Amino acid sequence: MYVAVKGGEQAIDAAHRLLDEERRGDRSLPQVTLDQIAEQLTLAVDRVMNEGSLYDRELASLAIKQARGDMIEAIFLIRATRTTLARFGYAEPLDTQSMRVKRRISAAFKDIPGGQILGPTFDYTHRLLDFSLAADAEPAEAARAPSELRSDMPRVLELLGSEGLMEQPSAEAGEPEDLTQDPLNFPAGRDLRLQNLARGDEGFLLALAYSTQRGYGRTHPFAGEIRLGTVEVSFTPEELGFPIVIGEITITECEMINQFKGSTTVKPQFTRGYGLGFGQCERKVMSMALVDRSLRAGELGEERVAPAQDEEFVLSHSDNVQATGFVEHLKLPHYVDFQSELVLLRRMRAEIDIAKDRLEAAE
Amino acid sequence: MNAPAYNFAYLNEQTKRMIRRAILKAIAVPGYQVPFASREMPMPYGWGTGGVQVTAAVLTPEDTLKVIDQGADDTTNAVSIRKFFVKTAGVATTERTEEASVIQTRHRIPEAPLTEEQILVFQVPIPEPLRFLEPRETETRTMHALEEYGVMHVKLYEDIAQYGEIATTYAYPAKVADRYVFDPSPIPKFDNPKLDNCPALQLFGAGREKRIYAVPPYTKVKSLDFEDHPFEVQSWSEPCALCGSCHSFLDEIVMDDKGTRMFVCSDSDFCARQRGER
Amino acid sequence: MTALLSAQSVSKSYGARAGCMDVCFDLWPGEVLAIVGESGSGKTTLLRCLSGHLPASSGKVHYSMRDGRHVALDEMSEAERRLLMRTDWGFVHQDARDGLRMGVSAGANVGERMMAVGERHYGHIRATATDWLERVEIPEDRIDDSPWSYSGGMRQRLQIARNLVTSPRLVFMDEPTGGLDVSVQARLLDLIRGLVKRLDLAAIVVTHDLAVARLLSSRMMVMQQGRVIEQGLTDQILEDPQAPYTQLLVSSVLQV
Repeated sequence: MYVAVKGGEQAIDAAHRLLDEERRGDRSLPQVTLDQIAEQLTLAVDRVMNEGSLYDRELASLAIKQARGDMIEAIFLIRATRTTLARFGYAEPLDTQSMRVKRRISAAFKDIPGGQILGPTFDYTHRLLDFSLAADAEPAEAARAPSELRSDMPRVLELLGSEGLMEQPSAEAGEPEDLTQDPLNFPAGRDLRLQNLARGDEGFLLALAYSTQRGYGRTHPFAGEIRLGTVEVSFTPEELGFPIVIGEITITECEMINQFKGSTTVKPQFTRGYGLGFGQCERKVMSMALVDRSLRAGELGEERVAPAQDEEFVLSHSDNVQATGFVEHLKLPHYVDFQSELVLLRRMRAEIDIAKDRLEAAE
Repeated sequence: MNAPAYNFAYLNEQTKRMIRRAILKAIAVPGYQVPFASREMPMPYGWGTGGVQVTAAVLTPEDTLKVIDQGADDTTNAVSIRKFFVKTAGVATTERTEEASVIQTRHRIPEAPLTEEQILVFQVPIPEPLRFLEPRETETRTMHALEEYGVMHVKLYEDIAQYGEIATTYAYPAKVADRYVFDPSPIPKFDNPKLDNCPALQLFGAGREKRIYAVPPYTKVKSLDFEDHPFEVQSWSEPCALCGSCHSFLDEIVMDDKGTRMFVCSDSDFCARQRGER
Repeated sequence: MTALLSAQSVSKSYGARAGCMDVCFDLWPGEVLAIVGESGSGKTTLLRCLSGHLPASSGKVHYSMRDGRHVALDEMSEAERRLLMRTDWGFVHQDARDGLRMGVSAGANVGERMMAVGERHYGHIRATATDWLERVEIPEDRIDDSPWSYSGGMRQRLQIARNLVTSPRLVFMDEPTGGLDVSVQARLLDLIRGLVKRLDLAAIVVTHDLAVARLLSSRMMVMQQGRVIEQGLTDQILEDPQAPYTQLLVSSVLQV
């Protein structure tokens, strides 16, 4: 009887064996391979890399397999792995202007220097189930642009900036802080806010961004430019003293054009919101850009009334690894605290009975 | 793809040094919540990541570790955390309170008195005692800095006005060294007196909230109360059904579906010793 | 005698727009000063600057502490300023919800300041709270009720009790009767007048209502577009307004 209440090592081990078995599923079917996940569930891999804050398609694929497709669990696995990795230093800032673009659109202008490039997107597909996929049909080869795309696509927001219509990005002095090395302190600078949003839960950011569009802290956004492609990552080893290219990563970037600001004496300018993420993650970076802009309310002299403008609220609750841990920790035993409440509740109830009896006896 | 080899007690040395600096600061300013760059651990936030990081930072290969949850060594999460340190640090473990040099705990302080040779590490879910009265970190920080703790008593006043007594039964706030009000983690208030003037070093780690705080050995810890409604601990009308102890915290066990109940010690090591099994 | 509070050229601007400009006055112990003007005249901005809720853009506000020191608000430490706000000062908001802790009972609302300054005897706190509720005409049996269950007038009286429990020397009031029925207003004004007199309180009352100024204050300042355009004894100004704007105000509002 007594033992049944407590856990026991054997029970835990057996439960983990069972989990392994469930993960495997029907043993007559071949196991899904990491290559298959990396190649065919690319957007899942991208999300795990993004919110796991680690660019490694292979580890992300493994995490997805191990997590049985549970994205937050996979993200958690990547984060825990990340803790154990040695840090060599900081890469040079990415130059997204020189991105090798795969997709690049602007909703603000009909045509832009360098062109609107639709690229691989779900946009404009009809969301009808494609049963040919169920039959493992191979797709036809896609036609590609005859010529090479420009290697230095000008930024839409800079085109506006040259006319003075766009605020200049707020560059804060000094080295950016690092969310993964120092605790988040409030008030947080934009550097920390963007880092937090970049690893924030896509669903949470999407809902917050949506709320700004529905009036809870409106920012009047236009999708100035969204671009997807590969950029080089450079690193300056101390012993060399100059940057060397260490690889190439795929990223998505979103620059929003928002509500202009000015007065009768200060020339009005559009304001901006920014989003950046690993892999292809347009929903995420758009949401991020909207929330980034909302969080700038204080700096831009706007009244903070909506949840998306509340820095402590947004940044403290955006991390799904933290959120899932704390919500799910309610599964852990709380016998002692519950017992304390039980004792109190029973005594309070008993005292009311005693008081009632006394009153009746006195009458 | 090969499995990586982990450093002693999982964390790399750089991270441990960062945590140790936070611990030293916490000891220097008793009860003050020191922010630290909590890392993602291989167990979920809210499941003891703060305690695990503190333990990992203070653990040496010569240590003997005891891990309890709800007072017991064999509860699921205690087993899981103990296995983690056996695997990553290879330290000796024990279930006996007096044999342990480091004790990681969730929700209890062992019944047996602790010694100067021991470190007690608490797992903390919400380190901020003012959090449910004031959700903003910027404001609670100021309140601590200025010792503005009146609002804590407002909560206690409300309890008495409404129920005739203070209705907080666990995570009962206390003042450390006459300065900082702190949350002793969700231990039952039954354990609060053990915090006071304790010979062992008591460390508190909150991983998700990224805070470390400490009660150094032999430090005054005073549970908040009113002069005319002094702090009191729970008591039970019957002794432990297994060992007969009248002075320990008892868990209630429902025996059957007719509501038959049994009360037994939550501290499984203490109970075994009382029964003379050791 | 030294002034309790003195303002020297207090200005507050929001970017290019001015909230209040170049305001100077002395407030004496036990004196009630009314700041009158229509909405947008800068009176609430001024009150917030005077009470340390808003840093002034320029100018100084000095306060005579209980220990006799004459300290500029912007030179006080935050600890000192916050202590002042919950002991020697009171602030009565137009909307009682801004000034009350709505989540706890009336008794706790009155007791909070006592606990904030170290009172640790439940019985004393309770007795004092009961006494104060009586003084602001709230029935004793409502002590454990939430302010949510109170009427607008009762909430306002509760807010006053909550402020006065630490015997402050200065109370700031921002449209204390705003948003209340006329009959409720009259009763509240009567109560405030009685308390101010009995406790020898100094007060700065912001109002758009000349009747409130006449009933409560001995001195008044009239503000228009951020500037004080006229100040003097209340009776005198109401009898014989000098500035054209004040004349307009008096003639349009005070035709009783």
